[in-house]
Amino acid sequence: MKPVNEAKLTFWSRSANEGFARTAAACFAAQLDPTLDEVNDVKTAVSEAVTNCIVHAYPDQLGLIVLRLRLYPDNTLEIVVKDSGVGIPDVDQARTPLWSTGGADRSGMGFTIMESFMDAVKVRSRPGKGTTVTLRRRIARRFPG
Amino acid sequence: MPIACEETGRALTVRVEGEIDHHAARQLMEELSRRLDAALPKSLTLDLGGVAFMDSSGIALVLRAYRRMVALRGSVTLQNVPDQAAKVLKAAGVDRLLPWNE
Ligand SMILES: Nc1ncnc2c1ncn2[C@@H]1O[C@H](COP(=O)(O)OP(=O)(O)OP(=O)(O)O)[C@@H](O)[C@H]1O
Ligand SMILES: [Mg+2]
Repeated sequence: MKPVNEAKLTFWSRSANEGFARTAAACFAAQLDPTLDEVNDVKTAVSEAVTNCIVHAYPDQLGLIVLRLRLYPDNTLEIVVKDSGVGIPDVDQARTPLWSTGGADRSGMGFTIMESFMDAVKVRSRPGKGTTVTLRRRIARRFPG
Repeated sequence: MPIACEETGRALTVRVEGEIDHHAARQLMEELSRRLDAALPKSLTLDLGGVAFMDSSGIALVLRAYRRMVALRGSVTLQNVPDQAAKVLKAAGVDRLLPWNE
């Protein structure tokens, strides 16, 4: 299926960009006329994926994060969050609830939240190369009246 | 990230406002710890009524407050939790850990 619309943003791994990224995704999603709950689900999942790049992928330097937003004819929103950071040695383990390498400031619930708020979550990672997280969510069609 | 406190006897109410993400969390954690250390309350009420957005950084914040209050042999109650924050906290099972006033 070919996307009907697409946007791509590149930004530095500064924590101030967490709010920027989730708001940008919400604005892009607005063309699907989503409910407030649907917008909040998208914002929450994007916040988790982007925060992971900032906290884990680039722990002690700045790096680039790419956010790609795509809209498909069946009302599916696809969000790709890509970093070129440290990578994840064991993705299955990383996706386990409560698993975290982040210490007391983190709860190990980011992937679990992405999974419960989105229809599909795909993670591809290569240690030393980076991580790509793909989130998919179908927005229900609403009819006037 | 503004927080406002109200103390009645050994009961402390902390109102949190704004967006609780990783960007805001560090300052918020420090502020909350400082207030808890100063008040040493028996009960803490976290009023989340003004929270416009929360992600997993908020889970860590609530759990830290919870652990501190357990150490003080006190209790934590959540109050006025908005829908979006409630969904995040429930995904982590926080609703089964703490009393929750809708
Ligand atoms: N982009 C990434 N690059 C490198 N490691 C990552 C990345 N995303 C996640 N991880 C690893 O996967 C673990 C689990 O991520 P998850 O988001 O579920 O929890 P967390 O970030 O540790 O805590 P929380 O999201 O609750 O604050 C992280 O602790 C980290 O080790
Ligand atoms: Mg995370």
